[in-house]
Amino acid sequence: MQKTIDIPRELMTEKELLQPGLLSCQGCGASLAMKLAMKGLGERTVVVIPACCWSIIIGVYPYSTLQVPVIHVPFETAAVSASGIRAAFDARGEKDVVVMAWAGDGGTFDIGIQSLSGAAERNDDILYVCYDNEAYMNTGIQRSSATPVGAWTTTTPEGSIKEEPKKDIEEIMLAHHIPYMATASVAYPDDMYMKFKKVRYITGTKFIHLLSPCPPGWRIDPSKSVQITRMATQAKVFPIYEVRRWGFSKERGCLEENWKYTINVYPDRELSTKEYMQTQGRFQQITEEMVHDVQKRVDRKWDELVRKADGSGTRSQDPGGDSSL
Amino acid sequence: MKQVIKGNYAVSYGVKLSRVKVVSAYPITPQTTIVEELSEMCASGDLDARFIKVESEHSAMAAVVGASTAGVRSFTATSSQGLLLMHEVLHWAAGARLPIVLANVNRAVGPGWNIWADQTDSMSQRDTGWIQIYCESNQEVLDSVIMAFRLAEKAMLPVMLTYDAFFLSHTSEIVDVPEIEQVDAFLPSYQPEFKLDIDNPRMFGGLIGPEYYYEERYVMHKDALEAQAHYQQVCKEFNEIFGREYDVCEEYRTDDAEVIVVTAGTITSVTRIAVDKLREQGKKVGLMKMRMFRPVPVERWRKVLGNITKVVVIDRNLTAGLGGVLGSEVQATLYPMENRPVVYPVVAGLGGRDVAPDDVIGIINYVLSNDKPTDVPLFWGLKQ
Ligand SMILES: Cc1ncc(C[n+]2csc(CCOP(=O)(O)OP(=O)(O)O)c2C)c(N)n1
Ligand code: SF4
Repeated sequence: MQKTIDIPRELMTEKELLQPGLLSCQGCGASLAMKLAMKGLGERTVVVIPACCWSIIIGVYPYSTLQVPVIHVPFETAAVSASGIRAAFDARGEKDVVVMAWAGDGGTFDIGIQSLSGAAERNDDILYVCYDNEAYMNTGIQRSSATPVGAWTTTTPEGSIKEEPKKDIEEIMLAHHIPYMATASVAYPDDMYMKFKKVRYITGTKFIHLLSPCPPGWRIDPSKSVQITRMATQAKVFPIYEVRRWGFSKERGCLEENWKYTINVYPDRELSTKEYMQTQGRFQQITEEMVHDVQKRVDRKWDELVRKADGSGTRSQDPGGDSSL
Repeated sequence: MKQVIKGNYAVSYGVKLSRVKVVSAYPITPQTTIVEELSEMCASGDLDARFIKVESEHSAMAAVVGASTAGVRSFTATSSQGLLLMHEVLHWAAGARLPIVLANVNRAVGPGWNIWADQTDSMSQRDTGWIQIYCESNQEVLDSVIMAFRLAEKAMLPVMLTYDAFFLSHTSEIVDVPEIEQVDAFLPSYQPEFKLDIDNPRMFGGLIGPEYYYEERYVMHKDALEAQAHYQQVCKEFNEIFGREYDVCEEYRTDDAEVIVVTAGTITSVTRIAVDKLREQGKKVGLMKMRMFRPVPVERWRKVLGNITKVVVIDRNLTAGLGGVLGSEVQATLYPMENRPVVYPVVAGLGGRDVAPDDVIGIINYVLSNDKPTDVPLFWGLKQ
């Protein structure tokens, strides 16, 4: 396995904020992701959950597995509910509390994109996390606009293959000029932990896109979910990087706009899109032609990303990446 | 201090005097000037609140749900399409037992686009669990905002106050704007029992099975019924401080009445004139102005309407396939009474069509000359 960075243990929150009793399936990436996220964020966090698998995973009334304040909200309102809570905590004088919206890809790419766009445009001081399992899993695996080309879902069954490429949510969010955007996954826990640690110190809308393996939805063996997620990054299907809007100007002695792309994880081996797809039952119906097209798209995106990261002149030698704020 | 202000400004003043902490709203005619005025108050520091300028009414409602769950006094305002867009979150707010206050300027629902007075928008939200109060004058609008917060925070249910497009929203009237000290004495700061709190983490609104949900809703229903008693208490306290009397409904010349007209909103003012004129002709007519629509003040309605011969309900709203909402609710409420009156449901003035005193006189004369309603409902003033 590629080494990313070591987590300085003294930074870890002592308290385990996610308790046992989660109602997720075996091998669920979304559950593991929350555990890591909370390790990074710590106690002074409010979690906002719209309709998604996490509405269930967290536990049934009167129990909750999360040891921080949690509010469940309607499906399409994660971002703006967080905005409302932010405003209230500011009014209460508790500006240090992080308000995190934690939504699936359906709640983010599709039904929630309007309120997310609104919050991001206003640059409300919230953290928005999309755990992307690439379909509506809660309702039984239906396609979303995050479902990749060729993936089986119950609404893209055999004979009605998904031909439309996945929405580029990262670029959509960056087009809102937010101060921080990152991708991460449970396959690179140190990197993910550091990202959740650092967002606490960035004011404005922070967006983190997590690739989140889902054994029943992806038709994979639960014991392979982390491994397959790592392959997504190695195959450059899901690059792990971060983009920051502001940089410190030594000349002016203040922050100024200075877009900086940093690739946090460089693949340590050659892996094709096809090899990645072959690990999952959901891609069984994809055609050679489609795989070819997807590969081309993946390559083009990766090249663009490398260029952007190079262009900033700060391509990191340390794959752990940019830990400045 | 007495001022000449429009209904929408009366709302803004009420919000300011109530020391609201979070406002979120989205512009729609005829509510827009509330949003403008509140933005200005927040910008100038006149109102120490955060104004979240959202991208839709759905988000406006969701934002105040978030803010209210975090324990601060929150307000929004809308109209028509905006209120309908909020529908899902209206249910959420009430189910979550949040004391949010919403001002709705009653406007017709499309298509076609019609910005004039019509109460179909708020009447069609009657099952959301919100307390609903219908206002007739700008003074009543301002006072109701302040009372609404007091009531909402006692009942732990959201309150929607409504008033007619243009007839009030854009019409100037003399309004006695209360002093802030008086309002502070009436409306203490909001101290919720439960809120999003880092030191005392709780989960709100999560998964709940059949073994609890039913009772949850039953409790909500009971609390909604109890809100009537809270409301009466609030009105009493309000009267003591401000010297203005409000009630769940208002009776006008009902003492010896044989016919009572039931109205909501500005048609009430018109009906008062009609009643006076008919009284001059010796006709025993009275008026019941419906102020509180949810919870339904069942006992009061029965007391006022139960022992007279005829009741006319004028609805400026329509539930197609049935008629007017208020008419059907009055009938349902009176049905179990032994000597129940004959109810004449009338629909009038949809989409801002003018309803003048002569229209109401015409309606009452029709009622007086028919032992039973000929049409259920009667669509008054329909062009042939
Ligand atoms: C307005 C509305 N429409 C539909 C639903 C039903 N629904 C609940 S969760 C869900 C899918 C969630 O998908 P996603 O956001 O990808 O999260 P996941 O379930 O995959 O974790 C749907 C369609 C709903 N709760 N609300
Ligand atoms: S369906 Fe997928 S995302 Fe949902 S709990 Fe199961 S593994 Fe997790």
